[in-house]
Amino acid sequence: MGKNILEFKHVGKRYDENVVLRDINFGVEAGKFYTLLGPSGSGKTTILRIIAGFDQASSGEVLFDGQRINDVPANQRQVNTVFQDYALFPHMNVAENVAFGLQIKGVKKTVIQQRVKEALHLVRLDGYGERAITAMSGGQRQRVAIARAIVNRPKVLLLDEALSALDHKLRVDMQRELRQLQRQLGITFIFVTHDQEEALAMSDQIMIINDGRIQQTGTPVDIYDEPLNHFVADFIGESNIVPGVMKKDYVVNINGQDFECVDAGMKPNEKVEVVIRPEDLDITTVDKGELKATVDTQLFRGVDYQITAHDQREHEWKINSIHKTTVGAQVGIVFDPEDIHVMRYNESEEDFDARLDSYEEDED
Amino acid sequence: MRQKALFIVPYALWIVLFVIAPLALIFYQSFFDLNSHFTLANYQDYLTSATYLKMTLNSVWYAALITVVTLVISYPTAYVLTQLENRQFWLLIVILPTWINLLLKTYAFIGLFSRTGSVNQFLQFMGLGSHQLLFTDASFMFVAAYIEIPFMVLPIFNALIEINPSLLNASKDLGATSWQTFRRIVLPLSMPGVKAGIQAVFIPSLSLFMITRLIGGNRVITLGTAIEEHFLTTQNWGMGSTIGVVLILAMFIVMFITGDSREKGGRH
Repeated sequence: MGKNILEFKHVGKRYDENVVLRDINFGVEAGKFYTLLGPSGSGKTTILRIIAGFDQASSGEVLFDGQRINDVPANQRQVNTVFQDYALFPHMNVAENVAFGLQIKGVKKTVIQQRVKEALHLVRLDGYGERAITAMSGGQRQRVAIARAIVNRPKVLLLDEALSALDHKLRVDMQRELRQLQRQLGITFIFVTHDQEEALAMSDQIMIINDGRIQQTGTPVDIYDEPLNHFVADFIGESNIVPGVMKKDYVVNINGQDFECVDAGMKPNEKVEVVIRPEDLDITTVDKGELKATVDTQLFRGVDYQITAHDQREHEWKINSIHKTTVGAQVGIVFDPEDIHVMRYNESEEDFDARLDSYEEDED
Repeated sequence: MRQKALFIVPYALWIVLFVIAPLALIFYQSFFDLNSHFTLANYQDYLTSATYLKMTLNSVWYAALITVVTLVISYPTAYVLTQLENRQFWLLIVILPTWINLLLKTYAFIGLFSRTGSVNQFLQFMGLGSHQLLFTDASFMFVAAYIEIPFMVLPIFNALIEINPSLLNASKDLGATSWQTFRRIVLPLSMPGVKAGIQAVFIPSLSLFMITRLIGGNRVITLGTAIEEHFLTTQNWGMGSTIGVVLILAMFIVMFITGDSREKGGRH
């Protein structure tokens, strides 16, 4: 566990009556790739702007390398930003854009030339230095914006929806490149996005933000497999979320039917929500199924079929299956105990982690 | 498609009748003397006469002075306007005087600056005595600048407002102070507005004649005054046209110098 390079302590932000952030707490370790993920208006960009210094926290403390930086102006912070619209200076060419930060710091001309060349090489834009910004494509501008930020060797690089303006194929390429660049440079990246696929693909740690609060923090696998609440389960990936009752440890009742599961540590007969991912559900014959359902729609998506079906209680199920079925058919749905994930209502992240620890220790 | 071509007719007529024809006439007239004989003497006179050359220098000098004074006042004004919350309203206040007739405004200043005018009354009230304000270089500059300021503020304001605010954040993010951001980002990006403003102020200032007469009391004689004199008083249309041609040339030179040269380091 490295030392936290950046820390938020009880940070809040309000504009007049409008509360944007409520009591944000987190720490960021040096050299990792973090993603702030949330829908638009969730406050994720505000967090980024507070780190960069474009906005001030209304309450709480922002620490950088252990020092309070609430009152340090943006131009004196050791962070650089890649802006959503790139914000490249239109009256300068590519090399001049990249050199800007170094020139401001008064770095020697020969050194600037060398570092600009290196930065352009890192983003695979060798030889583009003399080009005008207007002569660059969207993807190339994106790279210039990254080069302009990393040439200053910041301790933390902030990326604000940096890939959202690119088309799908280019975006996927850039995701891979960004991840590679981050490993290569060892700089802490804080990436803001509303695209959950992007977040899952690139991050070491994801922070899910909604309604001015951090909903859950964890690795992509943790967050996908063990979402803390309805919002996270719904926001990350596709999911079937159904109400249930926790009969006792390792047994959950859904729609009057008991199922074996791997969750524990709850009160007997506590009302809970149950998440099952569509890819964990499988289609079988009616007699072998744990649930019986009627197929409503079927879409072929290349890798699998996206099927929707409703059970006897008119509950709709999303199923991603590699096996084909027919619309209107009676089918059985099967899943394993490990595929069931139980969520308690209003459980905090600390309680969730503590509960997980308690019964996982029992098993050992 | 042919019908659409018809729409250009009113504008084409306008251009031909009121722009091209007058220009051609001025050029044509400039080759005739008082007795309607074809001659190059007007140009020879113009180029060899110390009076005309002095007048030309005078015109350029005063026009430049007016432009500089206007620019020095207008740039900060435009910059402050862009920072205000109700900037469109304040811009309207700055633009408002241009809706009033030029002559009317000039007469208003005669009233203000005269021996018994409001300004002198105020000075006397303050115990500073009465002064000759009208018919001085200072009052001429003051009124000329007053009239030209909106024409300088507007293009600079437009150029400043077009600058993407995230560029300013980017500059700060890269370590620049507010002053460095202004000098390296805001100023260069607002230059097209400054150039447009210079064109809008310098070129008309070259041929000012009403203000030079009414406020400057003809102490400042510019090419504009000379043209007016030749056409209305001495009736020497040939010489008047010659000076007109010189003015037109001067305008083209200014437009060429302040022309758009935005292609920057670009190889497309």
